[in-house]
Amino acid sequence: MTAQKPQTRGAFLRRLTALVRKEVKQLLRDRSNLMMGIALPLVLILIFGYGLSFDVKNAPLAVVMEDTSPTAHGMVASMRLSPYLDPTLVHDMHRAEALMLERKVNGILRIPSDFTRRLALGDAHLQLILHGADANTARIVQGYVQSALQSWASPADAGGAVRLESRMWFNEANTSTWFLVPGLIVLITTLVGAFLTALVMAREWERGTLEALFVTPVRPIEILLAKIIPYFGVGLIGIAMCLVAARFLFGVPIEGSLLLILVVSVFYLFVALGIGLLISAVTKNQFTASQVALVASFMPALMLSGFIYDLRNMPLLVQGVGRVLPATYYLETLKSLFLAGNLWPMILKNCAVLIGYAVVLLAAARAKTRKLIG
Amino acid sequence: MSGLPAFLRRVANLCLKELKVILKDPASRVVLFAPVLVQSLMFGYAATLDLRQAPYALLDQDHGQAATRLVARIEGSGVFRRVATLRNESDIAPIVNAGKVLFVVNIPPRFEQRLEGGESAPVQLILDARNSSTAGTAAGYLGTIVSRFNADWRREHGGGSVPLTLDVRSWYNPNLETRWFMMTAMIAILSMLQTLMLTALSVAREREQGTFDQLLVTPCTPAEIMIGKSVPSIVVGLVQASLVLLIATLWFRIPMAGSLGTLYVALLVFMVACVGIGLAISAMAASMQQAMLYTFVLMMPLVLLSGMTTPIANMPVAMQWLTAIDPARYAIHMVQRVYLEGVGLGTVLGDILPLLGIASVTLPLAAWLFRNRLV
Repeated sequence: MTAQKPQTRGAFLRRLTALVRKEVKQLLRDRSNLMMGIALPLVLILIFGYGLSFDVKNAPLAVVMEDTSPTAHGMVASMRLSPYLDPTLVHDMHRAEALMLERKVNGILRIPSDFTRRLALGDAHLQLILHGADANTARIVQGYVQSALQSWASPADAGGAVRLESRMWFNEANTSTWFLVPGLIVLITTLVGAFLTALVMAREWERGTLEALFVTPVRPIEILLAKIIPYFGVGLIGIAMCLVAARFLFGVPIEGSLLLILVVSVFYLFVALGIGLLISAVTKNQFTASQVALVASFMPALMLSGFIYDLRNMPLLVQGVGRVLPATYYLETLKSLFLAGNLWPMILKNCAVLIGYAVVLLAAARAKTRKLIG
Repeated sequence: MSGLPAFLRRVANLCLKELKVILKDPASRVVLFAPVLVQSLMFGYAATLDLRQAPYALLDQDHGQAATRLVARIEGSGVFRRVATLRNESDIAPIVNAGKVLFVVNIPPRFEQRLEGGESAPVQLILDARNSSTAGTAAGYLGTIVSRFNADWRREHGGGSVPLTLDVRSWYNPNLETRWFMMTAMIAILSMLQTLMLTALSVAREREQGTFDQLLVTPCTPAEIMIGKSVPSIVVGLVQASLVLLIATLWFRIPMAGSLGTLYVALLVFMVACVGIGLAISAMAASMQQAMLYTFVLMMPLVLLSGMTTPIANMPVAMQWLTAIDPARYAIHMVQRVYLEGVGLGTVLGDILPLLGIASVTLPLAAWLFRNRLV
């Protein structure tokens, strides 16, 4: 046994290289694989970097001036100074409501006719009606109006008041691009690893070409490795493109070590590949595999990883689901490595979790594949 | 044997056959309906940008009455939960770095003294902006709390503030719950995801298995075959949309303002547009795998640019133009207008027409592609 080992290893490597070469050829032959591996990351980089933004600017607001005093005009003028609001004067509520129905404005600010008089009496009211269909934007606009009025009513330099000095750590400019880009990397790695692999493998199961491979001298582990290696490469290309775009296109800082980013990405790529292999081995059918991969990869990575919606605001049960997803750990580590630096306790913990997932998933995929030969 | 009855019979038979193909496999039956249920429930809870019990840490270096009052206001808001009380400034960095808190409120010494002396008293707010949208929301909430505190303080201590009250009301969603927005968007998005995939796979599957050529030698015309492929996908899509709708109304109790009839007309038009895209992909793909990948590559931008994750108004102008060809954008807008605002069919025409436009480009394109690929 021991004497044979070098020879076996040589044969193993030879078979593996041959298989990998075949897989790479297959991968390159089909344009759709390359679309997924290269074009999709490019499109997503552009959308995430330039298209998506939570930063509401110049929110249109209809201002109904029932009071035309200089005081009221002065107040509206001060609102115009805010880069976040874009007030338009309208003459009556009718017109304002029409604008609201067409969703041309995010809200209506009504300045009642007795505004100036009641201001002198010390009890002035303004009415703000928000378009609540997009609740988040509505709330942001409410905040802008409130703070614009606040700074008009009591300028910050007037004494005897608490002055809030906010500091946004890790993202001083508070641009959402900075936190969207790490999320994008998670999404792309998940897609290439889990989705692409699941589809390609399911096709082989469905057509029986995998069984055909089993009767050759190659071992299941070699088949799995040969499948993993090319997609691993495609995944790395996707990650590399995101990193280059993050740094040079969007100016996202990389506070932590680039090497660590790569290392943790490799771990997560193994996890995603494991998910893909497992899905295909369990479903053995392209249609079912595509649906399961869709449900198990894209949507959860988008909705439950803490990428857009902060896990800390979710009910405990849903938080629990998020905590089970490997994407959550990858995202947390990436965000910290990009924006905060090498926070070792967190990185080590999350890497351990990811390695654990990779081992379990790949072993399960291996077990599922072996069982089927018998 | 010709004319309308024969046409209808052939189409009905094709539809039946197609439905059987989709539903015969128990695994695919489960996969078509269970995920929609689970996802809409889960995302209904998960997708919230509202803060709830957000963890924070307090560093009170003043220990005066004013500081205590301010902290009481922060905690009385019900939005924040104190998870740590710090002793000095060097404790701030570790706890923020570890992601244990969303922010730290730092009340420096001499806080009360400055406030009473009519000076401006700074309070430092250190936010973890790794998720900048949550951080921004928290800063907004705290800003409101502090300005209310200031107004009261000045009223009591005779400061020079202008008494101004903002009465806020919100139409269509009185408590501004993100869930109302999310669930209504999900009615369109979740059904779109699978309708697209289903249609894209339908022709590709036949082509891969070689049964498409058999279909062509039957007396069915290409138009009939296309209708036969579309109707089952539309039915499945509408059933999925209905499931999400049921969860929105019965489980999350989001009141429906508009009429069901209008909503279903709108959804039907949306499904036709999706099916058009799906069939066009199907015609271009040589295999199921290609069909799936093309669908996926297209689906991601469709979802991301639909206005579901971030508002379209925040996008750069060029990107906003691009969303004009995104059916999901019209569908979300339309469903929300009917569901939340209660508008009628005439009002959503502005969304229905572009969808019809998309369908009238993609369906003939698909038909043309089918013919020209097979000659």
